[in-house]
Amino acid sequence: MSGANSHSSASHDFGHGDLKTYWVGFLFSLGLTALSFAAVMSGMIPRGMVFPAITVLAVAQLLVQVIFFLHLGTAPEQRSTITILLLTLLLIGVIVFLSLWVMHNANINMMPTQMTPDQAMARS
Amino acid sequence: MDLTVSARSSAYIHDAHAGHDDGSRTVLGFWVYLMSDCIIFGTLFATFGVLVDNIAGGPTGRELFDLPYVGGETLLLLISSFTFGLATLNMYAGRKASVLAWLAITFLFGAGFIGMEIHEFAHLVAEGAGPDRSAFLSAYFTLVGTHGVHVTAGLIWMAVMTHQVWRFGLDGTVKRRLTCLSLFWHFLDLVWICVFTFVCLRGAI
Repeated sequence: MSGANSHSSASHDFGHGDLKTYWVGFLFSLGLTALSFAAVMSGMIPRGMVFPAITVLAVAQLLVQVIFFLHLGTAPEQRSTITILLLTLLLIGVIVFLSLWVMHNANINMMPTQMTPDQAMARS
Repeated sequence: MDLTVSARSSAYIHDAHAGHDDGSRTVLGFWVYLMSDCIIFGTLFATFGVLVDNIAGGPTGRELFDLPYVGGETLLLLISSFTFGLATLNMYAGRKASVLAWLAITFLFGAGFIGMEIHEFAHLVAEGAGPDRSAFLSAYFTLVGTHGVHVTAGLIWMAVMTHQVWRFGLDGTVKRRLTCLSLFWHFLDLVWICVFTFVCLRGAI
């Protein structure tokens, strides 16, 4: 990762960016935040579509900030950084998605306390 | 013998031991820490997602969350992330006075965010919606409080770095530390995007 003639910057694994990238990131973030709040507060979007909409807007804003504020890209020097990030996202996906899934199933299948074991077996 | 490899590894050793480290290994190590922190937050989000409906007869998120107020907090943190970016740019340009000014401005916006959050928490507790009210509120205070503690730690770190920039100037060590702090600060903004989306906005749907 560190060649003998690397330049003397403290952020070898991250790009520098310039004023323009910070402005672009800032304005995009402002716009996406405003859209998220508007999606919930205006009542103009059908109720069932609000959650998917704000999820997409949040992911978009996360990407915008990772690219324009953290300056992560696909440059070869950033390979370790990106690899660690992707592995972390995989772990978080497993933790969040499987926790919700397991607990949702437990809620659905274990709530009716008057059910006998035989009835419960027959349900599944 | 492979000369390329041996030349490269000797350069590596030279780099690490003779004071020629450009700080990239420290920054990468700090990134590993941030990602482990990310997993902590992921776990807290999962906990919140599991417990969000367990309100134990208490108030729901819909009744508690004041969205314009959350929007204000979001704006403060977003502006502070941007102003830290300006501090970073001035650091690369070697403009010490501008770095100090932008760090001070970032600190004010960050402190404003924490002030608003403490006010909100005090308001919730006074309303009887403290962390002891329901599993939902326990999870809420743990998640948002952990983020708040991180921001507070970032503010303390920022105050220390302001002093170091003022006292030692923009030397390699100070630059490396400021780079780590900038990653930390932008990272907290990323976590906050998930908080306002999946906690506050989702609760208000």
